[in-house]
Amino acid sequence: MRDVAIVSVSQSDHVRALPERNEVEMVQPIIEGAFRNLGASISDIDFVCSGSSDYLAGQAFSFVMTLDAVGAFPPIVESHVEMDGAWALYEAWVKIQTGHADTALVYGYSKASPGDLPRVMSRQLDPYYQAPLWPDSVAIAGLQARAMIESGKITEAEMAAVAHRSREAARGNPHAQLQGSAPVEELLAAPYLSDPLRRHDCPPITDGGVAVILAAGDRARSWVDRPAWIRGIDHRVDSHNLGARDLTVAPSVALAAAKAGVANGKVDVAEVYAPFSHQEKIVVDALGLGDDVVVNPSGGALAANPVMGAGLIRLGEVAQRIMDGTADRGVGHATAGPCLQQNLVCVLEGEG
Amino acid sequence: MSDDRTISRLPDGLWTQPEVSAPDLGDIGNIEPVQRIRVPAAMTYDYTPGEAPTRFLMGLAEKKILGEKCPVTGDVYVPPRGMSPAVGLPTSEQVEVGPKGSITSFCVVHIGFGVNAPPTPFVSALVLPDGAAVSVYGTVLEIPHDQVRIGMRVEPVWADDADLAPSFESIRHWRPIDEPDTPAELLKGHM
Repeated sequence: MRDVAIVSVSQSDHVRALPERNEVEMVQPIIEGAFRNLGASISDIDFVCSGSSDYLAGQAFSFVMTLDAVGAFPPIVESHVEMDGAWALYEAWVKIQTGHADTALVYGYSKASPGDLPRVMSRQLDPYYQAPLWPDSVAIAGLQARAMIESGKITEAEMAAVAHRSREAARGNPHAQLQGSAPVEELLAAPYLSDPLRRHDCPPITDGGVAVILAAGDRARSWVDRPAWIRGIDHRVDSHNLGARDLTVAPSVALAAAKAGVANGKVDVAEVYAPFSHQEKIVVDALGLGDDVVVNPSGGALAANPVMGAGLIRLGEVAQRIMDGTADRGVGHATAGPCLQQNLVCVLEGEG
Repeated sequence: MSDDRTISRLPDGLWTQPEVSAPDLGDIGNIEPVQRIRVPAAMTYDYTPGEAPTRFLMGLAEKKILGEKCPVTGDVYVPPRGMSPAVGLPTSEQVEVGPKGSITSFCVVHIGFGVNAPPTPFVSALVLPDGAAVSVYGTVLEIPHDQVRIGMRVEPVWADDADLAPSFESIRHWRPIDEPDTPAELLKGHM
């Protein structure tokens, strides 16, 4: 296997809506930032891969237009996934493993504000039995939260504590959309949104994105003093059939974590993509993380949730902490699909 | 079904679909197969064009075609999307182009789609507005379709003043003007 590292991370300041800009106008500063971190340009990049969704943009092939922000002339080697940017990173990692590239630009973004996100998310469900009923994403997550509570795996107070801790942590994250939280008791006094979920249990709707640059071996070392090396990366799926799953566990997280080698060393920090408060416990348990691991110091998706970018942001947040020396080894997790259906786990590590 | 929407006005037989055959599934094969379910799905988006397209669209309401210049190559893109795709940097300088232009390519349309299509046959064309680096799409009318050619000089026919709006429909169509054709070598790289 080739040693591949994240060497640059650039995020937008996430906001509820950015109506004055189109997608390419939103994405360009993010990509330019990833280049600026290294003093690099598109001519230094062998492969470009992005993650986004036409359903969010309301436009067919919307990612083609955001390619205008890359500088795709002379023609570049490029790919796209209709998934979170974390899976675009996986594709880029594979591309580098094959030897067809030494460097890659990866980005993921969403401009969710033009549409009705909870309804848009219902379009990812089974097209015959579930999607025709238009269950919104909050209601679907509510099914999972109910199953968690009824099985004694979590309480509403514990869920509120996750939301509180996340948004308080986000005070230190200049990119976060929601910073700070009311006390847990006050959160629990609020009305339900989709019982048992209250507003604080849900992620914000976000316009924003993230870009990272990957590089192999000495190319990575030439760019930064302390690259965030990808020591393991794996992604797995559970059934898309909600009725066929135990919604209180995520076997695909556990399997991906085992394949990625999470348990092969001490974990200093974990950034997990758990958009709803009750989901953090499912992911953390499946990753096998102990109480000593700092989880979501950025605030996580409860503080900013640019769909199709929020998973890649988790990897970027871990990489940033390794590059700046505040962590030696960390785990980034991304999810896709309803109720943590599909999951990617990435172990990142610094040298020396 | 009578409430089926028309998906195409292509002549019968151009698009075909094989008959659905019930697979050999034993007893279940005797059940009338579900050949189709109807699942209407519609979503509403509050689409915003962005900063550069907004400038362009507002210009159309004033009978102006506004392109935007690449800070590196100097190429003027129209309609602008806010970026120079060649270098990945924002275009910020607005440049009025046209309104006259040259046809860089065209096709003769014999089957029109949509309620607003002109009577067939008509000409769809790419028109390079004077001063622009890329062509815009439009229809060319007021000339027999078999007389349209690459390099032909055209001008926009604007909507009536009362109908001018921040929309590409402010240009009703393009029509020929009495100027010498643009030589092909000058169109090279702009087609």
